[in-house]
Amino acid sequence: MKNHKVIVVGGGAAGLQAAATLKELGVEPLIIEREMQTGGKVRRWHRLFPDFTSASEVLATLEKNAEGIETLCGVMVDSIDATGVTLAGGRHIKADAMVVATGFDLFRAELKEEYGYGIYDNVYTSADIEDMLNGDGVRLKDGSAPGRVAFLHCVGSRDEKVGQPHCSRLCCITAVKQAMELRESFPDAEIYNYYMDIRMFGAGYEEMYRSAQEDGEVRFVRGRISEASPTIDGRVQIKAEDTLLGRPVKMTVDMLVLAVGMTAAESNGRLGVGLQSGGFIAPRDLFTGAVYSPDAENIFYAGCATAPKNIGETLNEATAAAVKAAEFLLEK
Amino acid sequence: MSVNFGYTISLPRAVDLDRNDFSVALRVLRRLPELESCIGCGGCTATCTAGAFTEFNFRRVQTLVRRGEYGGAYREMNKCMLCGKCRLVCPRGINTRAVVMTIKRELGTGY
Repeated sequence: MKNHKVIVVGGGAAGLQAAATLKELGVEPLIIEREMQTGGKVRRWHRLFPDFTSASEVLATLEKNAEGIETLCGVMVDSIDATGVTLAGGRHIKADAMVVATGFDLFRAELKEEYGYGIYDNVYTSADIEDMLNGDGVRLKDGSAPGRVAFLHCVGSRDEKVGQPHCSRLCCITAVKQAMELRESFPDAEIYNYYMDIRMFGAGYEEMYRSAQEDGEVRFVRGRISEASPTIDGRVQIKAEDTLLGRPVKMTVDMLVLAVGMTAAESNGRLGVGLQSGGFIAPRDLFTGAVYSPDAENIFYAGCATAPKNIGETLNEATAAAVKAAEFLLEK
Repeated sequence: MSVNFGYTISLPRAVDLDRNDFSVALRVLRRLPELESCIGCGGCTATCTAGAFTEFNFRRVQTLVRRGEYGGAYREMNKCMLCGKCRLVCPRGINTRAVVMTIKRELGTGY
């Protein structure tokens, strides 16, 4: 099977895992990654829910397994068809099969203007918090430590107004994880999480939520923040309804963190494969055909290209897609 | 001659989904089917101009109407000033002003 070439589009968690599996199976994979470096979104994350595993540890394992695999970085794939991929610029690379692992985009929080991201100081996204945790730690704009923090769930998820009707699934547990990381950094801080529904779908997630309530003393308020406004002293005033009390609440916080959702990768539209209504790529079906493309028998899907998934689900799916791609080549 | 012993019978507090009359709720939902998609996030009430100073709670009143609990709903909805801020924040894209007007029209001033 050595002569068979499989192009893996995307070098994030799914792409690295798929390529490593293909190599193990004796197929020659080629990873094409648009960024200058593989690793995808995992590279930006500091620690992972629900057990605070270091993201770099997970990434190191993935990269070690994918060592020696031919990789094109800084190269954008424009479209895909049964013959191979066409790069931006027009160059065509032939392949016997493709694994599409193009991942997702983070929701651009500035689209929710009412929260003032990019306009007011001290309004951050969950990804900004990860950047700070990877750097010198979480600080306010003026460099001081926050005394009062509010997290808002569902920013760019379950929201028709910004064309994101789906639940991104992972933001709830991410907001809980980050609330606990802030608790660790700032033992005396007041930490609030504003939510519409808490969706703890994975193993160990509900336990982490409970631990945030009990050990982390994180206060959970059931209500969506309707708007934020800056105060004269650089803090952020937020308004919500405490729906369990049936009364409006307002509070002023030092820092507002927007738990941004996962949106379909913008590049999906150009690829030339079928999409779902929300822009994620459409697999053959959601049950027995999740890794197959309905468009061509030699195109396979892995990871968040088709829907929001956590890293474990992504890696399992990448393994499955690689195995199915190799099986397809063997039968050819 | 009846003697008043000072006892009264308390009416049950439960929302009685067996006996409630849903006809008005169904008429409202037929006109505005998207109201059924409310997830109760409270964004409308949080941003409500009228609710800032009165007990008016749009989320609660429209939920009560959908459950067939109409008592006081017209009077409550009358507190709405139709400013439309709730419609701006609703993540389900519900036409909240139309909900106010439709509930008032379907119920009539008797409630």
